Amino acid sequence: MSLGAYLAVATALFVLGLAMMIARRNLLYVLMGIELILNAANLNFVAFARYAAPAGGEAALRGQVFALIVILLAVAEAAVALAIVLHAYSLFDTVRPEEPDLLRE
Amino acid sequence: MADIVFDGGDFARLAAVPLIPLGAFFVQTLVGRFGPRKGDWIPVGALAIAAALGIFEFAKCLTVWNPGFRVEWKEAFDWIPGPAESRASFGILYDNLSATMTAAVGLIAFLIHLFSVGYMHGDRRYASFFAHLCLFSFGMLGLVLSDNFLSFFACWEVMGLCSYLLIGHFSEKPSAAAACKKAFLTTRIGDVCLFLGIAILWTRLHTFRFTELWDAVPRVLAENGGAYPGWLVTAGLLIFAGAVGKSAQFPLHVWLPDAMEGPTPVSAMIHAATMVAAGVFLTARAFLFLSPEARIAVALVGSFTAIFAATIGICQTDIKRVLAYSTVSQLGFMIAGIGVGGIAAGLFHMVTHAAFKACLFLGSGSVIHAVHTQEMPQMGGLRRRMPITYGTMLVSTLAIAGVPLFAGFYSKDAILSSTLVHAMEHGSILHALPAIFLFTAAGMTAFYMFRLILLTFHGEPRDAHKFEHAHESPWVMTVPLTILGFFAVTGGWIFGENWFLELGKGLPGMVVAEGEAAHHEHEAHGIAMWGSIGVAGAGILLAFAFYQWRKFSAAAWAERWGPVHRWVKNKYYVDEFYLATVVRFVMFLTAVQRWFDVWIVDGLVNLVGGIGRAAAAVSGWFDRWVVDGAVNLVGWLTQLWGGVARLFQTGRVQTYVAWGVAGAVGAASVVLWMA
Repeated sequence: MSLGAYLAVATALFVLGLAMMIARRNLLYVLMGIELILNAANLNFVAFARYAAPAGGEAALRGQVFALIVILLAVAEAAVALAIVLHAYSLFDTVRPEEPDLLRE
Repeated sequence: MADIVFDGGDFARLAAVPLIPLGAFFVQTLVGRFGPRKGDWIPVGALAIAAALGIFEFAKCLTVWNPGFRVEWKEAFDWIPGPAESRASFGILYDNLSATMTAAVGLIAFLIHLFSVGYMHGDRRYASFFAHLCLFSFGMLGLVLSDNFLSFFACWEVMGLCSYLLIGHFSEKPSAAAACKKAFLTTRIGDVCLFLGIAILWTRLHTFRFTELWDAVPRVLAENGGAYPGWLVTAGLLIFAGAVGKSAQFPLHVWLPDAMEGPTPVSAMIHAATMVAAGVFLTARAFLFLSPEARIAVALVGSFTAIFAATIGICQTDIKRVLAYSTVSQLGFMIAGIGVGGIAAGLFHMVTHAAFKACLFLGSGSVIHAVHTQEMPQMGGLRRRMPITYGTMLVSTLAIAGVPLFAGFYSKDAILSSTLVHAMEHGSILHALPAIFLFTAAGMTAFYMFRLILLTFHGEPRDAHKFEHAHESPWVMTVPLTILGFFAVTGGWIFGENWFLELGKGLPGMVVAEGEAAHHEHEAHGIAMWGSIGVAGAGILLAFAFYQWRKFSAAAWAERWGPVHRWVKNKYYVDEFYLATVVRFVMFLTAVQRWFDVWIVDGLVNLVGGIGRAAAAVSGWFDRWVVDGAVNLVGWLTQLWGGVARLFQTGRVQTYVAWGVAGAVGAASVVLWMA
């Protein structure tokens, strides 16, 4: 399969994630949107790694290690973000992202 | 004659004589009516203390018997501090005149207070009556002790105010309200003159103190070649005009008979101890400022008033009005006595008159209290019902009529002999007029006073109902009567004319009785004594003939002299004359002033106001539309911009993200497009 197909899927994932971030009415879905974006990036890393070194070797590993780091980052981010969401829920009694608007002040 | 030694304690006691009633006035005014018995004991007690202190100091002077003494407590209180020519300080001048007056006024005022306890019992404004009476006493006591014209004038005005308040005590009666207004306004004419006279003296001599002014007069006369300069004559006459107002001399006598509208103790107060005596007192104090010509004027005013008021007194039927005109007449005697140079005689008469006139007024109050009318034709035969009142009033009547051995005989005799000396020395008709007037008036006095006694106490009761209900008054009323009656008998013996004689000595222009003058005086004294006994006896006999033995009928005589009788009975129509001239003129003036006020003054004020309003309207328009407009425009623009900017700050995370994405897309588009 060509690189273009992978990039197309990654782009789709990115746009879907962005759309979820902007438009979903639930903070948890917003978080999932972030995960989708991260995964779109991961797909790009892996796809470009394979494209740069089709025979394998050290150069191919560099991109895949990046992907692993991003996964780790995503885990940490998810933990922190979920904590924030829980606090936001206890504070505002809602998980709808459009209702809290304290940032105005 | 030994000197009288006065120390600080004596002066402190003297200062307390007026100040204690003043303090009592404040206490009585503020809290008196809440106290037991509505606080009447506060002024009565204060006057008792003041009278005791005054008599104590007087007794001290009497024991030494030095009529020429004069002690001063200079500058006891600085009212306006500063250099000598612009300061005003109050102090005490204590000489034989103020000593006698302090004691007499204190005692009589105390007795009148005591009498009022009985007479005013149950009155609606009982508490404030005593407060005002007390302030009145303060005014007179302060006046006689003043050592300068300024505090003298202040006390003088306090009395003016109190007379207004007390004459108008029954202010719900229109006649009383009118009477108090009349008294205040009439005496005010004199007060203004007095003030002007004081002002002239102060402008020329730069002092208010009596002693300094007296010392200055001979100096002024010497500088002017022995004659009175014009300003001093003017000042003397103006000051005498003050006395004319206060002592109810013709032509300002009209207020005194109307003052009968006040309660009887007030009448006694005004007629005996205070107010009218103040004018005589002032004339004596200011005698030095009167030029020889002015003295003749004083004598003529006084003697004319004496005969004028005596004729009116004969025709009155109201018991208090008879007494009122008798006071006016007796004041004329005093003023005339001072005017002809017999200062001692005038003052002597003032003191004896204070005693018997207070007694007569309180006695008439006692009668009115018993029969509830003031009309003598409704009385008669009361001597059987009210023996104490009758006895004391009879004694006082004998005194005022000038029957030998009673107080009034000595003092009136002294005045008459002074006028005779005056007439003999100058030997002109003008100088003889006072003597003629006063001898006639003395006879009339005896007549109308016995008319009063006979109509009230003798004969058969003319109103049986009133007679049945008449009874002797309680002790608070009879005790003062008795004490005053005692002085009406003995007043002439306690201190004769000699006591006051020192006052006249050493005055420039005063006659020193030597040689021919002494001969005149001796001769005059004999004539005056037998003459006054003669006219008094004639008056009394005539009164008996008319009203006791009924030899003549008063009604028939009144009929025969119809027009004259009406003229006199209506007080010579002086009041009506004033009403038609002075009052109408004043009313006309006020109407003119009102017109001026309404059309000119108000017009000017309204014009200025209108201009101001127009200017304010223009300024307001500019302010509202231009200044406010600019400010509002700035505010409106800021608001508008704020509203736009606010749209971007929603506070929602997702919006921000969307804007971020849009920005990123935009930036990327630009980059790509550029590439």
